[in-house]
Amino acid sequence: MENENWQIVYFTLGVSILSTLLILPGGVALAWLLARPRWMGKSLVETLVALPLVIPPVATGLILLKLLGRRGVLGSFIEKTFGVEIVFTWRAVVIAIGVMSFPLLVRTSRVAFEGVNPRLEEIARTLGAGELRIFFTVTLPLAARGIIAGTILAFARALGEFGATIMVAGNIPGKTSTIALSIYQFVQLSQDSAAFKLLGVSVLMAFGAVWISEFVLRKRSSIR
Amino acid sequence: MRDRNLPEGDFNNPAVKSIIRSLAVALALATGLLASSLRAAEVYVCAAASLTDALKEIAVTYDKESGDTLIFNFAASSVLARQIEEGAPADLIVSADEAKLDALEKKGLLLPGTRKSILSNTLVVVVPADSAINIKAARDLAGPDIKKIALGEPSSVPAGIYAKAYLEKLGLWEQLAGKIVPTENVRAALAAVESGNVEAGIVYKTDAMISKKVKVAFEVPESEGPKISYPLAVIKESKAPDAAKKLAAYLDSGPAGAVFEKYGFIMKH
Repeated sequence: MENENWQIVYFTLGVSILSTLLILPGGVALAWLLARPRWMGKSLVETLVALPLVIPPVATGLILLKLLGRRGVLGSFIEKTFGVEIVFTWRAVVIAIGVMSFPLLVRTSRVAFEGVNPRLEEIARTLGAGELRIFFTVTLPLAARGIIAGTILAFARALGEFGATIMVAGNIPGKTSTIALSIYQFVQLSQDSAAFKLLGVSVLMAFGAVWISEFVLRKRSSIR
Repeated sequence: MRDRNLPEGDFNNPAVKSIIRSLAVALALATGLLASSLRAAEVYVCAAASLTDALKEIAVTYDKESGDTLIFNFAASSVLARQIEEGAPADLIVSADEAKLDALEKKGLLLPGTRKSILSNTLVVVVPADSAINIKAARDLAGPDIKKIALGEPSSVPAGIYAKAYLEKLGLWEQLAGKIVPTENVRAALAAVESGNVEAGIVYKTDAMISKKVKVAFEVPESEGPKISYPLAVIKESKAPDAAKKLAAYLDSGPAGAVFEKYGFIMKH
């Protein structure tokens, strides 16, 4: 495969890893909150988080474009305050794939938190542990496998994101072209062999990611 | 009396009855629509994105006069050519460059003797309507005020190919390559300028004319710019070749020409 195509693969891996790391703390925190018993506005937050999963990715992209564009509320604020441009740059790619993969992380992690036996937390509490300590020494380790699986799923989703990315980041060779965008571009150009090479790489990466996440999840259930 | 074979409530239930009734109405409507659409020919037209507004206006008159129905597929000509190669249903193609039809012709996908160049266009450099940046010539695009320039994808989309050829002729391409935001088609380049997300764009004059959100910084004189040509041809696999030929002749005629010219196109004859 040509250097140019490897650059696309490395870029895609890079932005996917970065976006996954960025959504991880917030995603886990939100998953934990959603696993708690009823609180005000819980179902609203639940629905909002699931939205990128169910509305068309280009619609999510459009919302992001309007928010982050130079004349958007967030975009103009960020450009004025930090002098950083978002749309049509790699930053837009990271944001788009982060938003699109966020629900997968939250939903999988939430199930993991819900699977933690509340009695164990109760016991820790009666032994005098603070809430933060309970979270980091009891809840988080017990939910870890599910969270890892969710992280890998989110990462795999990030690798393949197309619709939201092309809306906010465009398809700029060497700057914002991910594997998915490049496959599309190569097909438009009738360069099917290049498209198939990238297709092969993305199938391998996605297969690996999903297989690892299945493996991690299965291991947990066999322990029980 | 209730039929014993029927489970309790099924067809006598008022709710079920009303559902069946509305289904029957929907079915009748659908058959009616289908029947009326079968009477006249449906002509699938694959047309360059830059032709969107002009062709839509022409279609209103044409549908009424001919009784045929035009169904449009607007995209970059590169996308259209690709779709036709893959066997998409199409009767007529109107491309924004000759190269796409050359490729289709070579593959034997065009009906021989139907190809004809009908229109021309010119390139313009556009900036957002409220932009304060002063651009008078192509070399001004190299200035530090211009961070991004939107144009059609320069290796496939005709408007991008033309824009690149123009910048190359001026020796500016290498210098500007890092600023280029390639788009799906020429209208996407226009939209990027409209939204203010890029400082400038290179589009057809006809695209600039339909937008109130951009202003033309300068027009590339026809003599300096690349030769822009819009050819059309009937697709070999067309299911309505006669209707397609009739439409092709109409698009090259006076009434259609008047609409094209209104939108800023240049008729070839």
